Amino acid sequence: MRIDHRIIAPWVAPGSRVLDLGCGDGALLAHLRETRNASGYGLENSAEAIRGCVERGINVIEKSLERELDDFGDNSFDTVLMTFALQVMKHPDIMLAEMLRVGRECIITFPNFGHLPVRLALLFRGRMPVTRRLTYQWYDTPNIHFCTVADFEALCRAKGYRIRNRAMLSRGFSAPLKDLWPNLFAETAVYHLSN
Amino acid sequence: MPRVFPADSVGLVKPQTMQIEQPLQLACGQQMDGYRLVYETYGRLNADKTNAVLVCHALSGHHHAAGYHSDDPREKPGWWEACIGPGKPLDTRRFYVVVPNNIGGCHGSSGPNTRNPATGRYWGPDFPPLRFRDWVQSQRQLADRLGIDCWAAIVGGSLGGMQAMRWALEYPERLRHAVVIASAMALTPLNIAFNALARQAITADPAFCGGRYLDQGGARPDVGLALARMTAQVTYLSDSAFAQRFGRALRQGSFARGQVSELQFEVESYLDYKGKQFSADFDANSYLLILRMLDFFDLAREYDDDPVAAFSHALCKFLVISFSSDWRFLPERSREITRALIAAGRDVSHLEIATDRGHDAFLLPLPRYIDAFAAYMRNVGDEISQ
Repeated sequence: MRIDHRIIAPWVAPGSRVLDLGCGDGALLAHLRETRNASGYGLENSAEAIRGCVERGINVIEKSLERELDDFGDNSFDTVLMTFALQVMKHPDIMLAEMLRVGRECIITFPNFGHLPVRLALLFRGRMPVTRRLTYQWYDTPNIHFCTVADFEALCRAKGYRIRNRAMLSRGFSAPLKDLWPNLFAETAVYHLSN
Repeated sequence: MPRVFPADSVGLVKPQTMQIEQPLQLACGQQMDGYRLVYETYGRLNADKTNAVLVCHALSGHHHAAGYHSDDPREKPGWWEACIGPGKPLDTRRFYVVVPNNIGGCHGSSGPNTRNPATGRYWGPDFPPLRFRDWVQSQRQLADRLGIDCWAAIVGGSLGGMQAMRWALEYPERLRHAVVIASAMALTPLNIAFNALARQAITADPAFCGGRYLDQGGARPDVGLALARMTAQVTYLSDSAFAQRFGRALRQGSFARGQVSELQFEVESYLDYKGKQFSADFDANSYLLILRMLDFFDLAREYDDDPVAAFSHALCKFLVISFSSDWRFLPERSREITRALIAAGRDVSHLEIATDRGHDAFLLPLPRYIDAFAAYMRNVGDEISQ
C-alpha cells in the first residue's frame, strides 16, 4: 500500500462521502472503503486505470480534470481528495477552491519542488530535475505547475484555507529531517485543508 | 454434418413463447387482456434464481440476441453475439440471460402484425399506443412467471438502456445492477426530428393504406419503411466511419471524361441494402409505434422533471457507457444520466469509449468496451455467488 494512503485514511471521518480526483486504479478509494467505510467516486481519464477501478468495484467516472468541477454541487462531499495531480492542473488555485466548494474538506498530496535533490539538480547540473518521483524530462512532463511546501502554504494563507493536518514524506538521507525543515527535506507533502 | 459453432457462442438456440393471461393495464389507459411474449434464454438459472440477467433490446432488435437458429452455415448469429456467450461479458456459464421480444414489436410477441383476439383481425394501427413502462411491466410479468424476484442485472443499449433505467425507478428492489449503454433520459428535438422523417417516409408510401396494409393483403409499405431505415442508418454511424468503410468508391458508373453513366456510390448501395433488408424483416406499424414511444419517453417527467429526484428512487448500482462519436445519443446525454445519479447518491461508474463507430458501437466487439463491461459483470457474478 502506498504510504500516503496510510496517512490519509485517519483524516477521513468514518462513513464519509468522498470524491477522488485522478483516482488512478482506485487503490485509495478501496482502502478508504475498507478502513473508513467511505463511499464515493473517483474521476480518472486513463483507460487502464479505469479498468482497475471497475475490477475493484470502485465507482469511477471517466473524465479529464478541467478548470472546474461543475458536475458537482456545493458541499456534496465530505472530503475531496487529490493525490499527485495538483501539479498537472492548468489552474491549481482554481482547482483547490473548487475542491473546497464541492467538499467540506480536502486532502492533497504533491511532490515538494523545494526538496534538496531537486534544488541540487538545478544548482549544480543546471538541468531540470529528474528524480524518483519526478521521472519526466522537461519537454514531455505533464507536470506544469510545481510548487514547494512554502509556496503551497503561502497560497493557503492567501486564500484563508485552514490547514487541519499535514504530513511530510521522505526516504533516505532526508527522512530524519523532513519534519524539522519540510521545505528542504520533504520529498512529498500531504495536506488536509478546510475553509 | 452438423454445424460446429464457435466455442464462445451459445450455439443452437430455440425461441420460447409465453402466453400471459393476466391483464396488462397500459399507461395510455387501455388494457390488454392477455398477450404473447416470445423470448430466448441462454445459460442456466441457478437454484436461488439470483443469476438472471435481462437484456432489453433496441429499436430493430428482438429476442434472438445470441447463438444460431439452424445448422445453415450462412446464418448470422443473434444481434448481441459480441456480448453474450461463454467467456463474454454476459457469461452464460455464470448468468441466465433472458431476452424477450417486446410487445408492440414484430418478431412474434403481440404487436401490430399479430391478430387482435377480440376481432380476429390484424391489430395494425389499432395496437394500443405503448409507453416504456408498459414494456417494463410486461417484462416484470415475464420475470414473475420465470420465478425471478430480482435480476442480477438489467442491460440495454440505446432504448434498451431507457428500459433498464425505467425498471430501476419502477421496481427498484427487483434489480441489483443496471447497465445503460449509449442511452439518454429523453430524446432531443433533433432525435424527434429524425423520427419525424422516418414517420413521413412510411406514411407517404401509397402501400401504407393508413396502416391497414396487412388486412388488405396486398403490398406492404416496404419502400417507405426502407427509406425510414436508411435515414436512421445514416445517424447510427459517423462521418469517419462512413469514410473508412466506403470512401468515395463507386459501385456503378465511371468518373471518366467523355462518358455518361449512371453513378452509384458504394455508400448508396450499402444504404439501399440496409433499407431493403430491414423492410423485409420489420413491420411498419411496429416501427411507427416504437418511434412514438421513444419520442414520448422522458425518464424524469413524472418526478417534476428532476432527474435527481427520479434516480433517488433507484436502489441498484449503475454502469453507464457512452461512445465518443455517437451523435444520435451523444456522450453528453450519458453524462447527464451520470451527473443525476451522483447527485442522487447512487453508485455509478461511467465509461466513455473512444471510437469512430458512432451509435452502432454498442453492438460491436470493441476491445475496451467489451473488456470493461466483462470486468463489471464479473463483480456482479461474484456478488451473487457470495
